[in-house]
Amino acid sequence: MLYREAGDFKTSYASDNQTFPIRFDRYAYWVVMAVAFLVLPMVMNDYWANSIVVPFMIYVIAALGLNILIGYTGLLSLGTAAFMAVGAYATFKLSTAFPAMPIYLVFILSGLVTSAVGVLFGLPSLKIKGFYLAVATLAAQFFLIWLFTRYGWFFNYSSTGQISMPERSMFGVTITGATASSTAVYFTCLIFTVAMAWLARNLTRGQMGRTWMAIRDMDIAAEIIGVNPLIAKLSSFAVSSFFVGVAGALMFGVYLGAVEAGEAFGINKSFLVLFMVIIGGLGSILGSFLGAAFLVVLPVLLKILLVDNLGWPADLARHLEIMIIGALIIIVLIAEPHGMAALWRTIKEKLRLWPFPH
Amino acid sequence: MKMTTFAALLAATTGLAAPAVAQDLHFPMLNYRTGPFAPGGIPFADGYQDYLTLINERDGGIGGLPIRMSECETAYNTERGVECYESIRGDNPLIIQPLSTGITYQLIPRVTADGVPLHTMGYGRTSAMQGETFPWVFNYPANYWDGASVAINYLLSQNGDSLEGKKIVLLYHNSAYGREPIPTLESLAASNGFELVLIPVDSPGQEQSSQWLQIRRERPDYVIMWGWGVMNAVAIQEAANIRFPMDHFIGIWWSGSENDVVPVGAGADGYTALTFHGVGRDYPLYDDIQTYVVDRGLAAGNGDQIGSAVYSRGLYAAMLAVEAARTAQELAGHAQINAAEMRAGMEALSITEERLAELGLPNFSAPFDVSCQNHGGGGAAMMQQWDADTQTWSLITDWIQSDRELIGELATADAAAYATENNITPGCL
Repeated sequence: MLYREAGDFKTSYASDNQTFPIRFDRYAYWVVMAVAFLVLPMVMNDYWANSIVVPFMIYVIAALGLNILIGYTGLLSLGTAAFMAVGAYATFKLSTAFPAMPIYLVFILSGLVTSAVGVLFGLPSLKIKGFYLAVATLAAQFFLIWLFTRYGWFFNYSSTGQISMPERSMFGVTITGATASSTAVYFTCLIFTVAMAWLARNLTRGQMGRTWMAIRDMDIAAEIIGVNPLIAKLSSFAVSSFFVGVAGALMFGVYLGAVEAGEAFGINKSFLVLFMVIIGGLGSILGSFLGAAFLVVLPVLLKILLVDNLGWPADLARHLEIMIIGALIIIVLIAEPHGMAALWRTIKEKLRLWPFPH
Repeated sequence: MKMTTFAALLAATTGLAAPAVAQDLHFPMLNYRTGPFAPGGIPFADGYQDYLTLINERDGGIGGLPIRMSECETAYNTERGVECYESIRGDNPLIIQPLSTGITYQLIPRVTADGVPLHTMGYGRTSAMQGETFPWVFNYPANYWDGASVAINYLLSQNGDSLEGKKIVLLYHNSAYGREPIPTLESLAASNGFELVLIPVDSPGQEQSSQWLQIRRERPDYVIMWGWGVMNAVAIQEAANIRFPMDHFIGIWWSGSENDVVPVGAGADGYTALTFHGVGRDYPLYDDIQTYVVDRGLAAGNGDQIGSAVYSRGLYAAMLAVEAARTAQELAGHAQINAAEMRAGMEALSITEERLAELGLPNFSAPFDVSCQNHGGGGAAMMQQWDADTQTWSLITDWIQSDRELIGELATADAAAYATENNITPGCL
């Protein structure tokens, strides 16, 4: 009923290849876009924008990046947080060294810097894979954080090793710093999230994505049919790190404002993004959104429900929150081991047949 | 199903956002009773809350207006801290005390933009003592650089006023918090001629064997520790294991609680730590806490922390906040003060010996005054030593004054750098 394909004729190759082949999905996409760009900024208060929606979108970008690496190319990485730190520190260095540079350009350049670092740490992936690669990227995690806390150049020799985002504006609108309005911050994150998701979707549908998936499914077979593993693996690392770097830049620049490498980008954050990708669904753009929502938004909603609405003690709520999220992770993975995106795929299949089950 | 839950939650939260009409003074509490730093977070939170409860129960609030407390759990995590701040920012908070240097650094630009006073008592950004650059941030009565200076002054007094040729290790939590005293100690090392060895411990600090191996190899005369949470107890245990003389092991005030030394047992006997307030329950105020808070079943948490070192500190923080609110009410001439009037009250705060005695805390802290230029108070601290037999801290020195001349110099330079970076013109509000 809801998902009807009857009457939705594809008359050209372009329409056959479009991102959302089902009409209902296309409508849903445009509705979501309209809500995100037009409705939400009107109805949302500062608290919702700054503490729920903005972190959600930043983690979506990070999860998209890691999903390209793990979900599409099959290369396991535990260095996500360190690459986010590279993005954050690049933003800090670029914006303090070149105060006049447009801040959006700073974020994109930070992504490119992270890309280069990612390729460097991706080199071992040509020789090793699986758990061994995970350990190699774990080395990146520890090395980079050590580097950022050890060498004063990275934090402009501040006495505590903290980096603080200076105030920067674009077209007269303050984007970073404490005086930035929540609307400016929201739109910055939204523009980046939409652009990055669009990029990720189209990259993974195109030739590049197909070579990545070929490598993931069987690298020897991929090599035999003409996929160059060097280019495929390193491009995957480069694109993935670009996404993760932009996420780190936004996290530092517009969300946190002040960052300390070991605290904000520790190993826990690498695992958090990894869990997002696994719970959301490996090799799925939608999965990155669902995973980030599950692990970023749900805890805050639980907190609001338990503490603010039910009036329970904050520490009890926090303990319960850990338990509830843990239980939900297990339930989701038992119900659908391929993540929430796969769950959604099943629902979609059912909806297409509904109300006739066969 | 998912969407309906979401919609229900959305409706529930927006319903709650209606402003409170009741007349009260909002004192938010950014606590952490969970995570690896809970051993320090719990007693502080209990002390803070118990004192505010006492004021409500015994005096009916401040100036006739009840104190409204709200609690938010940060787990010592900066992202959660920011979320907590965002959630209370629109609710007329009068004073924010995050008990975390990391969260403090996030909040300094935010509170400055929003106009909410931030009090970081004995932690946070040291150069915030320069009130002209940091008008909304206060760190009286003592800060980390005072702590470093007092520790060295104490060691000087132990060594006949000379530390020439001595070797001192700084064992620190590898975060903004632990790195804070390094510039002061380096400067003191240069002027006093001792060798400073820096040994970082990565958060949370449960694993320190390599650090203590290095300490054994270095054979230092003294070890100074800047630790927090589980790191403290682990370090004291490791020191006991290598039989490091405990009275040569000195902790900052955040490394001097019962929770740090009790697990080590007899080995911790003689461990010394700084403190900027009195210890133990021998103050008249504790009788009131017993009568009005504990006996009425209103004690925060489990009620088992009362009288411990960090509990006293939480109590002290609340006491200073209440005194500042009282001063603010006097200045403003009305009881329902706002954040800006609270800030003025904090800047005019004067803690005298008479006032401390009136409050039931005679000689609990060193008297100090706050001014527009000096948000850092007096900077004096005492040394407390652990007695493992009686399980008590006892004060072994009188107030030791820090080298405020040197600290002022360093703080002015740091604040000036901050002002240039952020386009701030220093001046009094």
